[in-house]
Amino acid sequence: MNKKIIGVVACSAVAASMAIGASASDDLIKVGYAQVGHESDWRTANTQNYQDVFSEANGYELSFVDCDNDNAAQIEAVRNFINQELDYIVIAPIQSAGWDTVLQEAQDAGIPVIIADREIEASDDLYDAWVGTNTTNEGITAGNWLAENLDGKEANILVIEGSVGASAALGRSDGFNQVAAEHDEWTILDSQSGDFTQDGGQEVMESFIKSYEGQFNVVVCHNDNEAYGAMDAMDAAGITYGVDGDVTLISFDATHDGLQYTLDGKINCDVECNPIQAEVVAGVIQKMEAGEDYDKTTLVEDSAFVAPGIESEYATTMTDEILAGRAY
Amino acid sequence: MSSLKKLTQKRLFLPIFSMILVMLINVIYDIACGNMPLQFFVITIKNGVLYGRLIDVLNRGSEIAILAIGMTLVVSSSAGTDISVGSVMSLYAGVCCMILAGYGNVNVSSYAHPLLVGILGGLAVTTICGLFNGLLVAYLNIQPMVATLILWSAGRAIGLLLCNSQIVYVRVPSFQKIGAYTGIIPTPIIVAAICIAIAACVLKFTALGTYIQSVGINKKASRIAGFNSAKIILLTYIICGLCSGLAGMVATSRIYSADTNNIGLNMEMDAILSVALGGNSLGGGKFNLAGSIIGAYTIQAITTTLYALGVSSAQAPVFKAIVVILIVVIQAEPFKVYMKKLTAKRAQAKEAA
Repeated sequence: MNKKIIGVVACSAVAASMAIGASASDDLIKVGYAQVGHESDWRTANTQNYQDVFSEANGYELSFVDCDNDNAAQIEAVRNFINQELDYIVIAPIQSAGWDTVLQEAQDAGIPVIIADREIEASDDLYDAWVGTNTTNEGITAGNWLAENLDGKEANILVIEGSVGASAALGRSDGFNQVAAEHDEWTILDSQSGDFTQDGGQEVMESFIKSYEGQFNVVVCHNDNEAYGAMDAMDAAGITYGVDGDVTLISFDATHDGLQYTLDGKINCDVECNPIQAEVVAGVIQKMEAGEDYDKTTLVEDSAFVAPGIESEYATTMTDEILAGRAY
Repeated sequence: MSSLKKLTQKRLFLPIFSMILVMLINVIYDIACGNMPLQFFVITIKNGVLYGRLIDVLNRGSEIAILAIGMTLVVSSSAGTDISVGSVMSLYAGVCCMILAGYGNVNVSSYAHPLLVGILGGLAVTTICGLFNGLLVAYLNIQPMVATLILWSAGRAIGLLLCNSQIVYVRVPSFQKIGAYTGIIPTPIIVAAICIAIAACVLKFTALGTYIQSVGINKKASRIAGFNSAKIILLTYIICGLCSGLAGMVATSRIYSADTNNIGLNMEMDAILSVALGGNSLGGGKFNLAGSIIGAYTIQAITTTLYALGVSSAQAPVFKAIVVILIVVIQAEPFKVYMKKLTAKRAQAKEAA
């Protein structure tokens, strides 16, 4: 019994102090961010980015909740944001479904909601804006860069796909194929799954080399690991690739190792899935604050990196400084 | 005619026949495409190393072949399968790369400990895994699938923990060599050949094979006859653990990293399938190691064939299933009896005419 009373007192004390804390910083824009978790370097970089952008120095007060991949915890976090009467709520949804009730609650409380990073299955009048990346766009970026780089030359393309049915693999294929369809001089010779692994990439590439000996000049890998495997297979067969080689190598992810290879000129172009999204979210919030028109959906631009010696309007040329300054 | 009959009655006839059948698909495909009919079998030297689809089959099939050795013995002695082999392969990767890179390092280009320490450390851990499985099966009489289920789920997880849930790269040429080339021959082929040769010699020149089979046929009778059945079963599981480690060694060096999430993934199924394709009963008892090895390379031949044919990755598993069903049906006892009856009927009809 005593414990319960102490608990209640403690809770109300915390609530009171929070209320005081909140009222003390009235001029700051109060933003709540319900983050997915911290499962990868990518996610950690995304969190860091939000904490940097929504700082008090920039005029924000960020309530950050790491939901640790727990859907129920995330919905609870959003309810707390509503109860705390924050000015804006940002959600990176763990699950795409099941959001209607809590979004309705936010709407009733008059708090604008911005969905970030992932897609959501809810009527779009329940939230105010969506900001995120799109794997289809990554494929399009890769395609556009290739078109620019080849400049009308013929391309015989081999694709090492990601895991069958994975959204990243589907999107990247879809985007790249859209660009390929506009180019009659491009032929996609074959497309096989390397399961997003180095071993898979190597095995598929070994087979490609035998099936299409001397016929291909472009290899597209759906992630960096597959690209490492493809490079090993081409090394063994004596095929040169990269900036000084016969084969143009395109990869996705832009991990640290992948960019190191890009810097070394072995991968021609590495397209990233950008975790740096907070600036765009902040931009949308600023427009809402000022009462200006804003876009309902905003795509965060995925950058792409190309090896030294290549200049491109779609990609940044890789340097030591960029690699050293990467957040993940 | 009689010599053909003799040939078809040999134990290894059907496994070899199945393998040839798979490769025949390539010949037909090449003819249909207007390529050279025997393109699949051509081996050349390119860039200073052996090059060709057949080399790919031998190279890529090494891991399954090594696993098949251990799996055959386990199946024979205990009438059950060791489903932990793939996971234990991944554990080898975790242990070996952790030792070589030093705990906490993700990407190294020099060893923290000598290569031999890493390899022996990894093999020691996987052998202990085999010992653990064996103790559960042989002395506690736990069903093999249940007993090995423990390491099936835990092995990979321990490997991940050892590597801080990251892919640990060891970029040292001598480490990569085991997965690359020795002279002109891919090293995995050599490793597999040595393993197979040792296993074949042990089975041929010692009575171990007979012991294992007799325990598998009747555990109680073997014990009464004076064999220590439990010890023999334990031994087969230890060998299986060691084989998993060796297969893990090849797989790890191939990608010079501990990709613990993916190394050996679903490999236990391939190992069990190769035992079955080799004409061995999963009910234990008599076994034929050569059959299992041929079965292992047949599985890899199917995979390589699907790549060569350019079957889309979404459809590939279906094609693989169809080929496997065909091979299994050809080897099924009722099917054999049916075929015998059919030929007998034909002979009768001929005589009557």
